[in-house]
Amino acid sequence: MKKMVFGNGQRLSRRNFVVGSAALAGGGLALGLNVPFAGEAAAQSGANELNVWVAIKPDDTCVIRIARSEMGQGTLTGLAQLVAEELECDWKKVTTEGITPSRNLASKRAWGDMSTGGSRGIRTSQDYVRRAGAAARIMLLQAAADQWKVPVGDLTVSNGVISHAASKRTISYGKIAAAAAKVAPPDQKAIKLKDPKDWKIAGKPLHRLDTADKLNGSKLYAIDVKLPGMLNAAIKDAPVFGAKVVSFDEAKIAKMPGVKKVVKVKDTAVAVVADTWWHAKTALEALPITWDEAENGKVSDATIAEHLKAGLAATENNGERKNGDALAAIAGAAKKVEATYYTPFVSHACMEMMNATVKLSSDKAEAWVATQNLEAALAALGEESGVPLAKCDVHRYDLGGGFGRRAGGHDYLRQAVTIAKEFPDTPVKLIWSREEDQAHDFYRPVAMCKMSAGLDEKGNLIGLHVKSSGQSINAWSNPAGIVGGKDRRQMQGWWEEPGDAQLGYTVPNLLIEYVMRNTHVPVGPWRGVNTNQNGIFMECFIEECARASGKDSLEFRRALMSNHPKHLAVLNAAAEKGDWGKPLLPGVHRGIAQFMGYGSYSAATAEVSVSKQGKLKVHRMVLATNCGHAVNPHQIAAQVEGGVAYGLSALFYGEMKIDKGRVTNTNFDTYEILRLAEMPKVETVVVPTHDFWGGVGEPTICVAAPAVLNALMAAIGRPIRNLPLKNEKLV
Amino acid sequence: MAKLNINGKARDVQVEPDTPLLWVIREQVGLTGTKYGCGVAQCGACSVHLNGEITRSCSVRVGDVKPTDKIITIEGLSANASHPVQKAWAAVDVPQCGYCQSGQIMAAVALLKKKPKPTDADIDEAMTNICRCGTYQRIREAVHLAAGNPAPARAADRATRRS
Repeated sequence: MKKMVFGNGQRLSRRNFVVGSAALAGGGLALGLNVPFAGEAAAQSGANELNVWVAIKPDDTCVIRIARSEMGQGTLTGLAQLVAEELECDWKKVTTEGITPSRNLASKRAWGDMSTGGSRGIRTSQDYVRRAGAAARIMLLQAAADQWKVPVGDLTVSNGVISHAASKRTISYGKIAAAAAKVAPPDQKAIKLKDPKDWKIAGKPLHRLDTADKLNGSKLYAIDVKLPGMLNAAIKDAPVFGAKVVSFDEAKIAKMPGVKKVVKVKDTAVAVVADTWWHAKTALEALPITWDEAENGKVSDATIAEHLKAGLAATENNGERKNGDALAAIAGAAKKVEATYYTPFVSHACMEMMNATVKLSSDKAEAWVATQNLEAALAALGEESGVPLAKCDVHRYDLGGGFGRRAGGHDYLRQAVTIAKEFPDTPVKLIWSREEDQAHDFYRPVAMCKMSAGLDEKGNLIGLHVKSSGQSINAWSNPAGIVGGKDRRQMQGWWEEPGDAQLGYTVPNLLIEYVMRNTHVPVGPWRGVNTNQNGIFMECFIEECARASGKDSLEFRRALMSNHPKHLAVLNAAAEKGDWGKPLLPGVHRGIAQFMGYGSYSAATAEVSVSKQGKLKVHRMVLATNCGHAVNPHQIAAQVEGGVAYGLSALFYGEMKIDKGRVTNTNFDTYEILRLAEMPKVETVVVPTHDFWGGVGEPTICVAAPAVLNALMAAIGRPIRNLPLKNEKLV
Repeated sequence: MAKLNINGKARDVQVEPDTPLLWVIREQVGLTGTKYGCGVAQCGACSVHLNGEITRSCSVRVGDVKPTDKIITIEGLSANASHPVQKAWAAVDVPQCGYCQSGQIMAAVALLKKKPKPTDADIDEAMTNICRCGTYQRIREAVHLAAGNPAPARAADRATRRS
C-alpha cells in the first residue's frame, strides 16, 4: 500500500483519494488535478451551475466557488477577480462559496488542491479558475446565440449582459444561465485566456469581498462555534516538549463547577471537559498533573546555542551550493570580513488560538475547524476517528490567522477527536489557551550562521562562505523532503536555480553549507519560512561587506547583480522610491536589502533613528515587489504591510525562551508583539513584469528585517548580529 | 447569578462572580463578536465599552459589574455597521483575518469620543490592541478618516525627509 506523508510526519494510508501532501509553505508541491468540468458538484439551490467554479442565479448573482482557505491574505478576493474577469460578469453581483473537502472528495477532487500555503493560493490555481470563468462565459454566449438564432460571433458581453447590436436585443446572465447550463462545455485547453493587459476586474485595486461581517461582530470563526449540547475542553500538553503524562488527580477537581471529565490525550496531554470553556480552563489549572520529562527537561537556550555553535564547526554536509573555490579566495583576499549571526525560535501567535470542535457518532465524524489545508484536516479526522472518509465532514471556517501554523499536522484537531471519543454524539469544542498556544507551536526554527568573505584591493567581493547551522523543518515534519541527507529547503533564498528563491548575487567563489542541528523543540513553516533567517544572514552580511569595501551599499549590491536583472530591477525600484542617496534629517539613517522567495522578487529601504536612550524608531519603509502578475495591488499592499508588521515584531521581540526544556514566555506580557505605535509608514511599490506568476503573502517579509538592521547599522556604526533586538543595547 | 445590561438589554446570567466578563459575554450571553486573545489584558481583542470606557473584558470579574453598568459590545455599537468608525473601516478596507477588528473598532470609537480630532500621537497612545495581520497602517488611516481629519494629516510620518 502506498503511503503519504502528512504535515506532522504521520503516515496515512492512501485511501480512495489523494491529498495534496504536507502543504507546507515552501514545499512547492501540487499533485495532479482532475480539474474543472467534472460536473458532479451539487448545484447551489436556485443557481444554475455552469461548471464547478461558477453558478449563476436568476437574479444575476454570480456564485464563484473558492477552494483555498482565507486567513486574511485576500486570496478569496483575488481568485474571484480572476474568475470574474474571464466570465465578464458584474463584479457587484459576485458572491463566493467555500468548498468543503468532503464535497471535493465526493467530486473526485473537481476543485483540485485546497491547500493554502507557500504563497501558492493564487499562482497555482490561476490558470484553471480563469479557464472556468472563460468556459462559463462561452456557454452563456452560446445559449443566447441559440435562443436568438444568431451567430455567437455577433454577440458582445459586458458586466454580465449579453448584447446583439444588430437587433438591439440584450439579456442578462441570470436570465440565460439555465439554458447555458445545458450547453456542452468547451474544451478548456483550447480556450484563449485574456491578455492581462486587457484586464478590467483582475489587476485592479478592488476592496475585499469579505469585510462586512468583520465590522459588526457577526463573522463566526471556528472558536465561535455553538452547537446544541456542546461541551467545552481545555488542554495542557506536557510543558516540556516530548514529556509524558505520569498521573493526574481527577478527584481534586471533580466537584468544581461544570466539570464533566478529565481525559488523557495521547501520552502527552490532559484535557478537562466541562459545560463552559471557562469552567474547563479553571479546573485544568487546578488539576495536579505529574510528568516524566526525561532528558528534554535539561535543555535550555544556552544548551541549544552550544549545539548550534558546534554545528558551525562540524564537517557534515546537509546542503551545499558551490562554485569556484571560496575558501582559497578568502584566504588569499586583500581584506577579510567575518561575522556570526543568530536568530531564535519565534511563535506564530495567531490571534485566534488553535481550536477545533468535533462530534463523533457511530457512523459519522464531523469537525468544525480553521485550517490551511482542508483536505489534510479531513484526512486527520478520518485517521484519528477511524471513521471512513466518506462519512467524515469538515465544516470550513475562515482562519483568525494562519501564517503557516495551521498548514498541516492538525495537532489541535487530532486532540479534539481524541477527547470527543469520550462523548459520543456530543460536540466537544477544544480551545487552547494563549499560554498553550505559545507553549506548543511549531516555531520558526532557530539558526546560527557564520559568514566569511574576501574582498580584493578594489573592494570587490571575490569569495563568500556561508555556513549555516540550524534546525530543519523537514526533519520535524516532512522527512521525505530530505533527499540523500540534503535539506535544500533550509537554503531557501540561496538557491542557484531561477524561479522561486534564487540568490540574486553572482560571486566568483561561493560556498554555502548547511549543517543540520535539530532540537526537541517543534518547528514548522512561519510566514516566509527560511527566507527570514537566510535573508537576514545574507543581506546583513552583504551590508557588512559593502561597508568594509568603502562602497555605497546599493552600488556594492548592483555590482553583483548583473546576471539577475529581475532582482536588480526591484532593488532599483525600492532605491528610487525610497530616495536612496537623498539627504535625511539629522539622526535618521537609511538601510537597504533585497531577497527572493515564493517566486517573487522583493527589496526594501528603511529609515530609522535611535534615541539617546537607545530606543529604535523605524520611520518609513519602502518595499518593492515583482510578483509577475499583480491581481490586486491594494491587497498586495496589505500583504506587504502585514509582512512588515510580522517581520519587525519578530525582529524586535520574537524569541521563545527555553528553560528546563519548555517555553517560559507564554503570553503577550512576556512575549511582546509589535503594536500600532511601532509600525513604520509603509509604501508599497508593485513593479510587475507580467511574465510569470509569483507569490504575494510571504515574499516581502524577508527584506523587512534586514533593511531595518542595515539602517540600524548605519545609525549606530556597528552591526547587531543576535536577535531579537530587545536583548541588545543600541547605545 | 449576575444581572447585566448588555447592548441595552437586561440579562440574567448564572455564573460564579469571578468569571471574566469576556466569558460571560461569549458563553452565557452568546455574543461572540468579542474575542479571546490573551486573557491578560494585553491584546485588546476582548475590548468592550463599560459605561463608555474602553475595557478589556477578559480582566473584569463579572461580580464587579453592577446591574446598572452599561456594557456595549461590537454587536451593540450600531445597527447595520453604520457607526462612522465602522464605515471608515470599510472605506479603508482595514481588516485582513478580522479576528482582532471588533476590539480595534471599539478602541477607536472610545478614542474618538474623548478626542474627536486625534493626532498620530493620540492614535499611537490609544490604539494599543494587537493585530497579527499587520493592519496598523490602515487602522491609523481609518481613525483619521472617521474623525474627518484632512487628508494631509493622513499621510503618516514623512518627517524623515528634508525637502
